Parts: sequence; structure tokens; C-alpha cells
Amino acid sequence: MLRRLPEQKGRRVRFLFEGEQVHALEGDSVAAALLAAGAGATRTTPKSGSPRAPYCMMGVCFECLVEIDGVPNRQACLIEVRDGMRVRRQRGAPGLPGEAEDDPV
Amino acid sequence: MTRFDLAIIGAGPAGMSAAVTARDAGLSVIVVDEQPAPGGQIWRAVGRNAGARSGNLAFLGEDYAKGAELAAQFEASGAQFWPSASVWHADSPDEGDKTVTVAWDGATRQFRAGALLIATGAMERPVPVPGWTLPGVMTVGAAQTLLKSSGLHPEPPLLLAGSGPLLLLFAAQCIAAGIEIAALLETTPPGAYMRGLPHLPVALLGWRTLLKGHRLKRQLAASGIPVYRAVTDLVADGTEQLERVRFRSAGMPVELEAAHLLLHEGVVPNPQLTRLLRCDHHWDAAQRCFRPDLSDRGETSVDNVFVAGDGGGIGGAMAAVHSGRIAAFEIAERFGSVNRPSGDVEIVKARDALRAELAVRPLLDAMFPPPDWIARLDGDVTVCRCEEVSAAAVRKAAALGAPGPNQAKAFLRAGMGPCQGRMCGLTITEILADAHGEHPERIGYYRIRPPIKPVTLGELAALDGSD
Repeated sequence: MLRRLPEQKGRRVRFLFEGEQVHALEGDSVAAALLAAGAGATRTTPKSGSPRAPYCMMGVCFECLVEIDGVPNRQACLIEVRDGMRVRRQRGAPGLPGEAEDDPV
Repeated sequence: MTRFDLAIIGAGPAGMSAAVTARDAGLSVIVVDEQPAPGGQIWRAVGRNAGARSGNLAFLGEDYAKGAELAAQFEASGAQFWPSASVWHADSPDEGDKTVTVAWDGATRQFRAGALLIATGAMERPVPVPGWTLPGVMTVGAAQTLLKSSGLHPEPPLLLAGSGPLLLLFAAQCIAAGIEIAALLETTPPGAYMRGLPHLPVALLGWRTLLKGHRLKRQLAASGIPVYRAVTDLVADGTEQLERVRFRSAGMPVELEAAHLLLHEGVVPNPQLTRLLRCDHHWDAAQRCFRPDLSDRGETSVDNVFVAGDGGGIGGAMAAVHSGRIAAFEIAERFGSVNRPSGDVEIVKARDALRAELAVRPLLDAMFPPPDWIARLDGDVTVCRCEEVSAAAVRKAAALGAPGPNQAKAFLRAGMGPCQGRMCGLTITEILADAHGEHPERIGYYRIRPPIKPVTLGELAALDGSD
């Protein structure tokens, strides 16, 4: 889990992770916001289901793949968090958008 | 399709300085970058840290703060800038313009350009130790990015492991920011100063860098952070999350509890675009990585495709600034908008500055040699993170006759996951070279094909040909 240094100015942003409300700071990438929220594993691998979390934070490792607003395979480290975003863990191989049974889309 | 004289991929030091120079020379320029703001990795979020969060400059340091000036020049340059945009294809027909295909703002867009400058920089060398896939393990650069862009830092106990200038710089930034480091695990082989000594006379040209390195070492020593030297056999251990780290320090076994482990074994050129464009590459033995063949003006083996900055070989931020200028002058001359004598004077100046910046590299390469153990990897350590392929599996594929990475890919699916070989390419070249007793250059690298970034069907469907 990550901690925030004092005096990091910026507007508070609220988004949903796995249906739970999470706070972040404007300008955070989704990956940063999830690490700060103590999300732990942000995806599991298609092959063995092993837990993964952001590794490189610069768009090359693809470990931070999550589902954002119903779209799978989004690189969380390259996308800025926005109010009302709905973020979910990517479990195994991604399905098509809207395929998950609990997906509100 | 819109046409530009010059398309620049990457808005780090090299891309920004090339854009400023080319705009001064009157070229039409477009710059595309994956990040929401210019700066690249080294000057990540420099606008925000020089503005609303200026308090952070106290621990990020003056070399970081320097980036704000170039970023401001870039933003005033009149170059068209597409932030948060991913290039997923670039095409260089034998004659005529290059075509660049970008996913931007939910749609696919294409443009043409007379010249293409690849300024996509470096990435950290993947460090395939047991357990490196566990949540809680990330790269030093990743933690530094989190610090720069969000003021975030790992909670204790935090361990740093590896070798090289970035490791020392990040440790110093943590100390200055009051971030607790439980221990530093130096994998640098003993005798760094002796190895560096023969390169010292040349390196003195880069005395600023040497002085900075010396200051970082002193800050670290004064901090009282425990340092384990000559670290080998590093293992990250845990079930769902990192729990502890085991290693040997000068041969003695050590085990430490850890919530976070940050790895760093130097940086290597990000090869994706130069490979996609079929540029020729060669093996750099001192930095143990491939780099594109470049002319003294930064042109690749493909006409009008240039590389500036760390993507052409590791030189650091200021070297990238100079090489960006050199390439931009050459391109401006080709496209008829720079006065030759004044351009030549500028190129000579930029070359001298570049030479001074690069003078320190042989010393750094000797002091912090890239890890040689990666070539000897075997057993069940994961080398391809996406498809979970072990080192032993790669050796088995070699024994079955796979001569290079592309055959290993067909046998094992290594390099076929979402990262498309970025995290395993170098490791697999090294292991196959070791297994076959061949030079890495003969073993080669993955053949990179588009799309080099994931594209949604929606983005594809929204391809706007008229744009």
C-alpha cells in the first residue's frame, strides 16, 4: 500500500473500485489511485490466476490491466482517474464489454 | 490525412527539444505522447511539481526542476501536441511519407509525416528474480513515477535492490522527502571504483554528473540506512503479496521482512517502435542490450526515420536534449527550412555538448555493469510475466531446436501476451545466447508487429480516414 506525502495539492476525485467508493487526487493515474487505496492485486493472470499489481508505471509491463467503465484491457497507469469512473479487477482473460453478469452496462 | 514535416513520438527531453528546434526552423511538427503532460519519465509531471506542488521540488532535486523550462518552451513552440495518445502502428514505405496510427481520445487517427523521430526513451531492464511478479514488487522507476506524479510512496518496510545511478538518486530523494527505507541491497559487484578508475580521465568532462554521484553516495552514507553489499540470489517471497525478501550478501544468507521491494538494474532502450519499423539494431556489450544503428545525426537504417535520446542508447536526460536538437537540425535541412551554415554551427555546438554528456557513460557502465546472471537463468523463475514462461522452459525450447526468440515464441507463447515481449525479450535473447553458445546479435530479437498497443474495436471502428 502507498501513502501520500503531506501538502499534495489537488481536487479530490471519487471513483468506484469493485463497486466500492475510493478517493483519489486529481492527476493520479488509475494505477496510482488503486495502489494508494491498498487495492492489492489489480488483476489475475489468464494462465494460472496468479495475482498481479502495477509493476513499471510507464506503460510497458501491462500488469496494471483493469476494466474501466466496462472496457477491459485498459492500462491503468496511462489513464487519469476521473469522478465516477467504474474500475474493476481484470480476472484472467478479459471478456467482451458487458459480458460480466454483474456488469451494470 | 493531415501531413506534417516531422512527427515526433515521445515528449520527453529528446522529443521536446527536437520539437522546439524544428519549430524554430519553420517545420510543421506533431508530437504524440502516452502521458497526459509533457516531460517523459525523467521529468514526469514537471508542470504540476513546478506549479501547484512546488514543495516537491525540494526533494525531487534541481536536475528535475530544470525540466520545467524546456516543457514551457515546448508548450509555446506551436508544435501540435497529442497527449494521452498511444501510437500503435507506424509505417515507412520505401518512398514517400511515413504514416503514423494513433489511438487518441477514443478513436483511431492517422497522419502522414516527411520524417519520423522516435523519442520513446528507455525502460528499466526487467529483473527476473523469483517472486518478481508478486504485488508489492515493482521497479525503482515505478516508485519514482508515483512520487513525482502523485506524491505517493511505499509504506514500510521498504527495500531497494539493484545497482546503478537511478537507485542512488531515488534513495536520496526518499531521504530528502522523509520516506523510510528499511535497507538498500546493492547488487553491484565489489570493486566498482577500481573498475571505474581507467575511465576517470575521460569521464572528467562530465564532472557535473560525477559530482552529483559523489553527493548521492555521501547522502546515503550519512542517512544511516543499512546497506547490504555484493547482494546475489535475491528472492521475493509471499503468497498473495510480498512478505519477505531473501538474498545473500557477500555470501551470507539474509532474510528481511518487506511490504515493498523496488528493483533496478539499469535502463535499456525501449525497442518497440524501431523494431516495428524494421530498423537495423546491434548488440551493445557494455550495456547488454540492443540499440538501433544510428548515423551521427541520429538517422536509423530506414530513410528519414530518426531516433533521439535514450531509445538510441543510454545517455541520460541532457544527452537526450542535445541529440534531439541534432536530429531536428538535420531534418530541418532536408525539408528545406534551415539555413545551412547556421544549422551546421548549431549541430557542432550540440555535438560538443552531447560528447561531454556521454563522457561519463563508460565509467558508469564499468562501475555498475549490467547483470550477467540473467543469461545463466534456469529453473522455474518466471521470465515471461504475461504467459508465465519459466527460464527452464526457454532452455528446453532451445534444446528442442529453437534458434531464436521467434521460434521460442511459437513453442512457448513467450512474448505473445499483452506486453508483446517488452518484459521478456532481452532475457530470452540472453538465455538463448547462453544455451546455444552464440552471440546475442546472432540470436536476435522478437519480430514486432502492429498493433504495438491494445486497441479496442471501438477505436478501430472510429478510424477517421478524412482526418
